[in-house]
Amino acid sequence: MTQARNLGALLLALCALMVAAAVTLPAAADGRVPLPHPAKAYAGQQCVEPVDVMRRFHMQYLMHQRDDTVHGGIRGTKYSLKGCVECHAVASPGVADGKVRTLQPFCKECHSYAAVTIDCFGCHTGAAK
Amino acid sequence: MSAPASDPRFESARRRFLQGAAALAAVTLAPGVTLLAPRAAGAAASDKVRWAMLIDTTKCDAGCDHCVTACRDENGWTGHDRARTDPHWIRKVDLRDRATGATHSLPVMCQHCETPPCVDVCPTGASFKRADGIVLVDKHICIGCRYCMMACPYKARSFVHEDVTGQKPHAPRGKGTVESCTFCVHRVDAGQQPACVVACAEKAGQGAMVFGDLNDPNSEIAKAAGRHVTNRIRADLGLNQGVLYHGL
Repeated sequence: MTQARNLGALLLALCALMVAAAVTLPAAADGRVPLPHPAKAYAGQQCVEPVDVMRRFHMQYLMHQRDDTVHGGIRGTKYSLKGCVECHAVASPGVADGKVRTLQPFCKECHSYAAVTIDCFGCHTGAAK
Repeated sequence: MSAPASDPRFESARRRFLQGAAALAAVTLAPGVTLLAPRAAGAAASDKVRWAMLIDTTKCDAGCDHCVTACRDENGWTGHDRARTDPHWIRKVDLRDRATGATHSLPVMCQHCETPPCVDVCPTGASFKRADGIVLVDKHICIGCRYCMMACPYKARSFVHEDVTGQKPHAPRGKGTVESCTFCVHRVDAGQQPACVVACAEKAGQGAMVFGDLNDPNSEIAKAAGRHVTNRIRADLGLNQGVLYHGL
């Protein structure tokens, strides 16, 4: 049982490493799916956590924050989707002819590579003010 | 609809006021619009607070819908000109006494019940009451079954039937979920009054709506509730709503 758990943890760590490597390394020109290159933050500042931590755990931070805010009424904390939008919303030719800064192109970079479907933007606006 | 409110906390608040309340702590901006104390960042909603609204229907004009327009602008709910399915967070209801012909107009929105039937029936926990009495829908876990809409005696909730774009950052809303008045929870948490209350005072010039903490004897609403006889709609249901009406 313990062995299995250790193996699981090792695999998880390996996966995390591979994802981190995949995002930072340049695209391989061997006919494979191009590697994602998420745009730099609009504000050009340091994120709320180091980049590798954000890549691995951003979904957990957001999930935790969303429950705290909606049910507990806790606002103004470190993690928030609004915070993501403020820094990471980028203008993209595909969205409103590049006239509006939105978060979707930034999220899409890695999510389409990893085949992850999110439905945040079914309800939340990704557009920056 | 004639029995006055009999919530013990409410009664005690009134008594404390009559015995000589402390000085007015709130800052008055316009008639009916006072700044609330904003909650500190990271602090949770407190169960010591009971947010409530008092609507003076004697000041409410039949032709006026500034509260509805303000709510729509603030929260970004728009329809498709389909009255049966369009969202309505707040609506104006006109009443007429058949015997005497006397008319009455009042806004009706989520009544923020103390014991909300919508919360009782929700199968996922998406419909819930916050510690400070505000009844909300957690759209992350709403499955769109609409039991809450059937359970609500006030027809306060609506269902989003179609894809939504251009939402406000503070009011996410999307297809397949139920929504209703939030008492402008994002404004209240930031120490502001709900949009309808501000519009009623500033645009309509009526100040027919008062919002505040019913548990605070020094709040404008507790004082107003002490001055007037107030009713709740269908008080016989015993839901102890957070929306009180005067002159109904």
